[in-house]
Amino acid sequence: MKYLVLLMGDGELKPWSDHTEEEQLEAMGRFQAFDAACAAREGVEILGGEALGDPADTTTLRTRGGQLQLTDGPYAEAVEGLGGFYLVEAPDLDVLVELLRVLPPYDMQVSPVVEVPM
Amino acid sequence: MSDPTTDPLARVVREEWGRLVALLLAQFRRLDLVEDALGDAVEAASRTWPRDGVPDNPAGWLMTTARRRLLDRLRTEEVARRKQPLLATDAERHQQGARTMADPGAVLEDDLLRLVLMCSHPALAPEAASALSLRLVLGVATPDIARLFLVPEPTMAARITRAKKRIVGAGIPFAVPDASVLPERIENVAQTAYLAFTAGYAPGSGPDLLRAELAGEAVRLVRTTLALCPDEPVLLALLALVLLQHSRRDARVSDGRLVLLPDQDRRRWRTDEVDEARRLLEHPALAGPIPLLAASYTLQARIAAEHALAPSSAETRWDRIVRLYDALLGLAPSPSARLARAVAVAEDRGAAAGLEALEGVEVPGSHRPAAVRAELLARAGDTVAARAAYDQAIAACRNDVELQHLRERRQSLG
Repeated sequence: MKYLVLLMGDGELKPWSDHTEEEQLEAMGRFQAFDAACAAREGVEILGGEALGDPADTTTLRTRGGQLQLTDGPYAEAVEGLGGFYLVEAPDLDVLVELLRVLPPYDMQVSPVVEVPM
Repeated sequence: MSDPTTDPLARVVREEWGRLVALLLAQFRRLDLVEDALGDAVEAASRTWPRDGVPDNPAGWLMTTARRRLLDRLRTEEVARRKQPLLATDAERHQQGARTMADPGAVLEDDLLRLVLMCSHPALAPEAASALSLRLVLGVATPDIARLFLVPEPTMAARITRAKKRIVGAGIPFAVPDASVLPERIENVAQTAYLAFTAGYAPGSGPDLLRAELAGEAVRLVRTTLALCPDEPVLLALLALVLLQHSRRDARVSDGRLVLLPDQDRRRWRTDEVDEARRLLEHPALAGPIPLLAASYTLQARIAAEHALAPSSAETRWDRIVRLYDALLGLAPSPSARLARAVAVAEDRGAAAGLEALEGVEVPGSHRPAAVRAELLARAGDTVAARAAYDQAIAACRNDVELQHLRERRQSLG
């Protein structure tokens, strides 16, 4: 299955900007360890993944009455902290969750991707 | 369903349902079809067995018939060019191919464990997991599960269907997880079973003995899982706990009225279940340091065992019970444990000490703290305050049987 993993919020972690240089390095290490763990796991592949820019630079698009409107900021307050994403191929939810434990303990949302039959 | 002790079909369904579901899932990975196919097979058996005699291998017969139904369905789909999503399973599954009921022990039991773990997966809502476990692992009928959880039957049927859809959609696997997370997952199974058990004793809108009997199905779920993981502390402790609580079911209600522990006829407690629970509590796996949930269940079971072993209510060792509650609160402070401790303190050291222990105890949405306070105030001779506390308890009580009891107590104050 293919999953979109959204890194939704800091959870019990400090905001990134409050991390010391050492803490930032430690977190980066965990992202690298996640890459390595996925690569080592049979049937698992990271298909894509990026860190996202400042939510203040996010733009929301809504089409109302056929008219496209652009607004400043994220779609909903709840996703204000959306920090990054992965697109991961994994055999099942258990394998994915096991691997995601390697990452810093962010609040995450995991959604299966709709597979369109060929 | 007729009596499993006399009807061979009812018996094989009761004993083998989970294994049959597990085998069919392992082979076909179609959670949406397995239950119907097996239901059809049982229906066919109910027509043919009385006529042709019970087959030598009744479970094998059901398996073969269900498998044929499934293949028919899959062929229809093929014709319609409509493929449904498959259940995720662990990788080794893919190489193993088809299996039959003739396969020996271990592999079969692994499939049953996969089923148990899938049904109690933490990504399912707890009540959905409980209902699904009773349905798929034990074959409890949906109307019975609905009655257990006090919801209308269509609501329960929808809840079970939604849970099955979610399992396939979210990629919850039919799999035994990595050893590092297995103990956590077994704890989920325990919590799932305990939720079903307590549902059977949750106050309903009227006296319903049948629901206590249905709680027995949750005991069976614990037993089934323990048979798969025989030294798992959390399951040993939970089985002891539910057996001790369940052993009092016949004495709890008399003529549709709630009978409180001190007034229960102890001859109506099931001593075989009490004995089994005591043996479980002596299991070496519970002797050493054990995880939090297992420790909590063990202490609760030891408290229940103190009651079960007292020859009469007056001879209860309340001093030991207070110490066990102290240990339990040290592990996991909860308002209901504090309330129960206050009751024990009152029995051990008198109403005044009990009222002191009750200070500040609040259980949101529950009439019980007020009811206990009223009882203790009455014992302490403070009739005016007792009456006020009874009024408070009566206003908050939602259960007919308990309500009647509270009204009578208030009346008896004069």
